[in-house]
Parts: sequence; structure tokens; C-alpha cells
Amino acid sequence: MSEMMTGAQIVLKALQDQGVEHIFGYPGGAVLPIYDEIFQQDAVEHILVRHEQGATHAAEGYARSTGKPGVVLVTSGPGATNAVTGLTDALMDSIPMVCITGQVATHLIGNDAFQEADTVGITRPCTKHNYLVKSADDLPRILHEAFQVATTGRPGPVVVDIPKDVQFAEAKYMRPAAVEHKTYKPQLKGDIEAIYTAVDLISKAKKPVFYTGGGVINSGPQASQLLREFVKLTGFPITSTLMGLGAFPSADPQWLGMLGMHGTYEANLAMHDCDVMINIGARFDDRITGRLDAFSPNSKKIHIDIDPSSINKNVMADVPIIGDVAHVLEDMLRVWKSRAAEPDKKALADWWTEIEAWRARKCLAYRKDTKAIKPQYAVERLYELTKGPNTYITTEVGQHQMWAAQYYRFEEPNRWMTSGGLGTMGYGIPAAVGVQVAHPDALVIDIAGEASVLMTMQEISTAVQYRLPVKIFILNNEYMGMVRQWQELLHGGRYSSSYSEALPDFVKLAEAYGATGIRAEKPDELDDAIRKMMQTKGPVIFDCIVTKDENCFPMIPSGAAHNDMLLADDQGLDVEVSDAGKVMV
Amino acid sequence: MTTQEQINTHTISVLVDNEAGVLARVIGLFSGRGYNIDSLTVAEVDDGAHTSRITVVTTGTPMVIEQIKAQLGRLVPVHRVVDLTVETDSVERELALIKVSGKGEARVEALRMSEAFRARVVDATPDSFVFELTGRTEKIDAFIGLMRPLGLKEVSRTGVAAIARGAEAM
Ligand SMILES: Cc1cc2nc3c(=O)[nH]c(=O)nc-3n(C[C@H](O)[C@H](O)[C@H](O)COP(=O)(O)OP(=O)(O)OC[C@H]3O[C@@H](n4cnc5c(N)ncnc54)[C@H](O)[C@@H]3O)c2cc1C
Ligand SMILES: Cc1ncc(C[n+]2csc(CCOP(=O)(O)OP(=O)(O)O)c2C)c(N)n1
Ligand SMILES: [Mg+2]
Repeated sequence: MSEMMTGAQIVLKALQDQGVEHIFGYPGGAVLPIYDEIFQQDAVEHILVRHEQGATHAAEGYARSTGKPGVVLVTSGPGATNAVTGLTDALMDSIPMVCITGQVATHLIGNDAFQEADTVGITRPCTKHNYLVKSADDLPRILHEAFQVATTGRPGPVVVDIPKDVQFAEAKYMRPAAVEHKTYKPQLKGDIEAIYTAVDLISKAKKPVFYTGGGVINSGPQASQLLREFVKLTGFPITSTLMGLGAFPSADPQWLGMLGMHGTYEANLAMHDCDVMINIGARFDDRITGRLDAFSPNSKKIHIDIDPSSINKNVMADVPIIGDVAHVLEDMLRVWKSRAAEPDKKALADWWTEIEAWRARKCLAYRKDTKAIKPQYAVERLYELTKGPNTYITTEVGQHQMWAAQYYRFEEPNRWMTSGGLGTMGYGIPAAVGVQVAHPDALVIDIAGEASVLMTMQEISTAVQYRLPVKIFILNNEYMGMVRQWQELLHGGRYSSSYSEALPDFVKLAEAYGATGIRAEKPDELDDAIRKMMQTKGPVIFDCIVTKDENCFPMIPSGAAHNDMLLADDQGLDVEVSDAGKVMV
Repeated sequence: MTTQEQINTHTISVLVDNEAGVLARVIGLFSGRGYNIDSLTVAEVDDGAHTSRITVVTTGTPMVIEQIKAQLGRLVPVHRVVDLTVETDSVERELALIKVSGKGEARVEALRMSEAFRARVVDATPDSFVFELTGRTEKIDAFIGLMRPLGLKEVSRTGVAAIARGAEAM
């Protein structure tokens, strides 16, 4: 074990020992020694992207769809700065990622050397942790620590910045098992007293609701199984955030749909009127709470989260439980069963009657159109024709993302990849590339907007190179629709710079990349076009021409309370938004 | 709601690994999240274990103070976070060097005051003194206030160092 290796060899050895099979990257002067090692081995496959941001989102898609960390390799200076958006995205959405950046030689640091950037300085606030490796002797420990920090506790991105001289220097390698962190030890088991209190509260609840989030996905497939069991046992209604979709099957009658700004009427009203809220791995984001002082005013709140800083950040928890979702749910189920606890069946039946009345509003209904394709209809048809356990959906950011969340339905975790916290346009194509690398035989679809997709369009070239048959399904409304909707709501319909002018011909663009282009313009040609897309072996760009001025409903205007929702059949967007609401994003 | 809105001052001790960038992480966290730093001190306290102790005096609502502690605890090189204001009874001290210049009546008065405050004269010229004063922040503030009309020139303060009373270590 005391064999001497170069820093670059140590990098590859550490990646292999960490079980890494794929990395997403882009070469440059400061990482050439590492690229040289990649060339001389087969265990780790390198996927060459077309822009470093693409590498980071590909790694996110890879991570979210597998539960394994995504790994990125980029050069110093512009390579590292191009990765910043994806690092921030991964931090906001708790995605495990290790990003190795090249750096100028140690003796040049601070000299404004060629392609020097203060990478650890720049990435400090957008990573869970970062390292500048000053000596090859530290490299094995730091690399293994990086994987540990990225994947455990609340997952997140970790940057390891390696100067070029360190990549050439020789040092002794060390296996992962030999590395234990001095201070970093996340708590997995929840406090049992708090779990007793929670079980008590749950069994006495009259109007309960499960509010679940991305933490269930982060915790792994076991957590989704335990959640399903607990929800079945209690008979309670359940809703989820955008990030938690798939943890609970949408086909189940207890499922209320997504909650929040564009969530369902029934989910939001259940949250508003409940008496016990069971938050499992969600962070009371402002897209969920709306006006904080009017948020679920009469409920006792149980909050399970692995990160103590998520607790009492926006909303005070009555019963905080710090721990991993799967661990806590396992204990909760055990306590529930050992006490032979029972929900209050009578109260629950009344509660469901109330909920059914909200459901009867059919908040996701929309007016059908025979001449033009409605975006909601497009997603509905896409769902009907492509659904299945081997289908993975990514999205860009905007209205199409919300329609995807509302009209595509998920039965399993890890099938839904979207940029929630940062809301990064351009996420979807590279994320789809990453998902397809991890699942070569799966059907991977990016439900996209015509504006977003142009931000990272060049990754189609990556898909073509690696024969990754990703399907880019563009809901082309010729508008930055989400921006247009807000301008209609808040700025008197003055559509300042939100029209998608001078769009490329997406069919020809696909062909230029060596992919296939398909266009659908009429509802009656949509199904066949979607079938054609599925039968096409390689990557496809599908230009689905949809109605241009559709708004995304339901909507809780920013700064409003949950019971102030706008529904499609109401007055449209003709409402007054408070001054406090106008300053919200 | 009113108790939630109440703004309080807290002294928080943070034990960290003394590694490159650790202070930047702490300061970046405060500036990035818009928390206040009233005072901040840092120095290595165990050269064997390579740990440093950071003492931050900060203000905020109870919810914000709780967030600050949770956010500090989340930083990877942080060993422990202790809120000395709520968790224990503690001793807080600051050291200040205070330069006063003047002649005649004012000079005599400054020296008399310094004796009352148990400040030490660490430098003297015919027309100036440098006083060294340790004590709680309020005491130092009070002394500086008294020196102002007597020819106060400049002040250098360490910021607060704090430790819990009793046998327990953090
Ligand atoms: C245009 C747009 C519109 C949006 N509209 C909506 C909307 O209508 N509704 C909506 O829901 N979202 C919406 N979002 C997304 C929103 O911004 C947030 O990203 C999302 O609501 C956060 O989801 P979450 O609370 O599940 O938290 P996540 O960001 O997924 O965080 C997960 C939480 O779980 C914790 N956790 C992680 N791992 C574990 C573990 N193993 N065990 C326990 N806890 C763990 C973390 O500490 C964290 O607190 C929108 C985004 C965009 C871009
Ligand atoms: C990188 C980035 N820049 C700007 C925004 C702000 N933004 C949010 S949605 C949106 C419009 C998206 O348009 P499109 O991709 O066509 O989707 P649509 O809303 O029309 O479905 C914009 C500009 C963003 N989220 N990300
Ligand atoms: Mg659009």
C-alpha cells in the first residue's frame, strides 16, 4: 500500500476506490496530468461535455437518478467559473457532487497567473465544503473526505481544487477506509422522545397531512418504501414539494398532488386547514409557505430533517426531529406498531369529505382546443404514451416545468430531475445526458421550454457523440412564458424582453447536430409524433408548437396565503397583488 | 409574535479546526446570510490539536440566533458551537489600547480616570498616554466615553473573548 503515485494517479485511484464509473468534464492546461491518467485506464469513463455548466448538470442528473454522487472534472480559471452555476444548483437542491478543479501551480497562486481564479474563494458560498490541496500527501485523504461530505448528511457539492504541481508530485496513496473525519459526523437516528411525541400527535390528529420533500429522495429508496407504509397505515392525505415527486405514487387515492405556488387546490387547502402537519424532508420553502403569517395557522408541526439549520428557519416546528428520513420513519413505524396506535377514524372520514370537495374543483382542468396544442394537453399525452418505470423526466425552468410537475405523474422516486431551488434554465438537456449515461436503456425525456433549451443546447452534441438517445420535448410557446405570466400579473401586460425572438428552426438545429428533429403543430398529429420520437434510436429534439398565451394555474400569487389561490376558471390573472407580494420573486 | 421579534445580543463560541480558510467560511456565512457581527475574535487555542476558538458577538431575534448557531454547526471544520449567553453563565473580557493626548488639567483628569478604571499606562510622552484596559465591553465603552472630551486620539480593541464559568470545558 505504500507504493508512491503521482497526484494525478491518486485522483484516478481514489475515484475507482469510491466506485466512480463515470465523470463529466472538460480538459484544459491545469488538468492535463489527470486527463493523461484517464487516457491510460478503463475503469472510469469520461464523458466530454460542451460547456462546464453542462458537466455539472449532467452530474446532477446522474446523481439524482442513481443516488450516487455525480463527479465533475474541469480546468482552472474559466473551467471552474463555468461550473459555478451547477455547483450552486446542487447546493440548493441537496445533490451529492464532487467537482475536481485544476489550479495553477502552488508557487503561482496569488500572482494573477494565466487562467488563475480563486476557486475556493469563489465556490466557498456555493459548495457544502471545498478544499485547496497544497500537498500531494493530503490528496488521498481530501478526496475520500470529499466523497464522504458530498454524500452523507444533507448531500451537496464539494470542490477539490488541485494545483498542477500537486498533480505531478508523488505521494503515498491511502484507501477510503483509513479516512475518518475529525468533526463531520451527521446525525442519522432521531431522538426517540421526540418520535414518541410525534406518534402521539399523529394518532390524535383530526385533520392531518403529510408534507414530504426532496429529503425523502435524498434518503434513498428505502425511505420511500417506509413512507408508503406509514401513509397506508394512517390513511392520511399526502402532498409533496416539487423536489419530492415520486416518493409516493401519484396513482394512489391518498395522493393530493404537488403543493405550493403552482400546487393543487386540495393540497394547499389541506395544508392551510390541517391540525397536524407531518413534514418529512421538506424545508418550508417560500414557494410552499406563501405569506408566512398566514401559513397553516392552526396546525401543530412535526418536522423531520437531517439538517438542524432547516428546522425553525422559516416556520417554527412544534416537534423537531433531527435525523435521516429512513432512520426516523423506521423508528416511527416501530413505535406506531408496538403501541398498536390507531388514527382517529371518524375525524379522518370527515377530513376526507372536506378534501374530496376541494378535489371536486378539478383545479388542473383546462379548456381543450381542437386547433392548437395546449401545453397541458401536450404533457398529458406525453405522459400517457411514455409512462413506465423505465422513464426518466428532466425539465428546464418555467411554465413547462410546472406543467410537467402537474400533468406528468410519478410512481417511483429518482425518476424526476428538476432544478427547484435555484431554478436554472438550461438544466434539462445536460441533466438528461447525465441520466442517460447512468441508465443507457431508459427513456429519458427533457420537458423543455424554447428559451431555456437554448442556454445549454450544445450538449446535444455530447448526446450525439456518446449515442445517448435523450428526447428533448420542447413546449414551444415562443415566450419566456413564466416571465410573461408575471408581467401579465404584475406589470400591466408590458412584455418587456420576454418574447422569444429569432428562434432557430429546432428541427434543422437537431439535424445540424446529427440528431433527429420532429415537429408537431396540431393536436391530431401529436400522438403519432410522440410515437415517432420514441421509436427514434438516437437523440431527438421535438418542437411541440403550443398555444402562446397560456398561464400556469393554479397559482398562489407571491405574498398571498394558501387560501387565496387563483384557479384557471376564475378571473384569470386580473388580481391585485400587495406591495409586499410584488417585491417577492 | 412580539417575543419572536425581540432583538438580543448573544456571545457565541465556536471551536474550529485551524485550517486555511476557516475564518473566511465563518465571516462569509455572516455576510452572505445578512447576520450581524458586533465583535469577532479568533486565535489558535490548542497547537497540538490545531484548534482555534472563534468568539462572535452577534444580535438577532431568537429565530435568527438559532439559525446562526445551526449554520455555524453545519460548517465542516466546526467542532462545537456554544451560546454562552443562554447555555451557561460566562465571563467576557475585552482588551483595549486607548491613546489620549492633552496637557494640563485634561491630562491630569485622564490619568485620574484611568486609575479609577484600573487601566494601566503602557506608554507615556509629555503630551500623551496609551492606556491598557481590560474588562467587559460596557466598561471599555464607558472609559472611552470619558476620554473623549479629554483628548481621545485613537482606540484599538481586541473584541470579546469569553469562557464559561465552572469546571466544564466547551
Ligand atoms: C419556476 C419554479 C416554480 C416553483 N414552484 C413550486 C411549487 O409550486 N411547489 C413546490 O413544491 N416547489 C416549487 N418550486 C421549487 C421550490 O423552489 C423548492 O425547490 C422546493 O419547494 C423545495 O423542495 P423541498 O422543500 O422538498 O426541499 P429540498 O430542496 O429538496 O430540500 C430537502 C430538505 O430535506 C433535508 N434532507 C436532505 N436529505 C435528508 C435525509 N436523508 N433525511 C432527512 N432530511 C433530509 C434537507 O436538509 C432539506 O431541508 C418551484 C421552482 C421553480 C423554479
Ligand atoms: C439562467 C436563468 N435565467 C433567467 C431565469 C428567469 N426565468 C425563469 S422562467 C424564464 C422563462 C423560461 O422560458 P421558457 O424556457 O421558454 O419556458 P416557458 O416558461 O415558456 O415554459 C426565465 C427567463 C432563470 N430561471 N434562469
Ligand atoms: Mg417558452
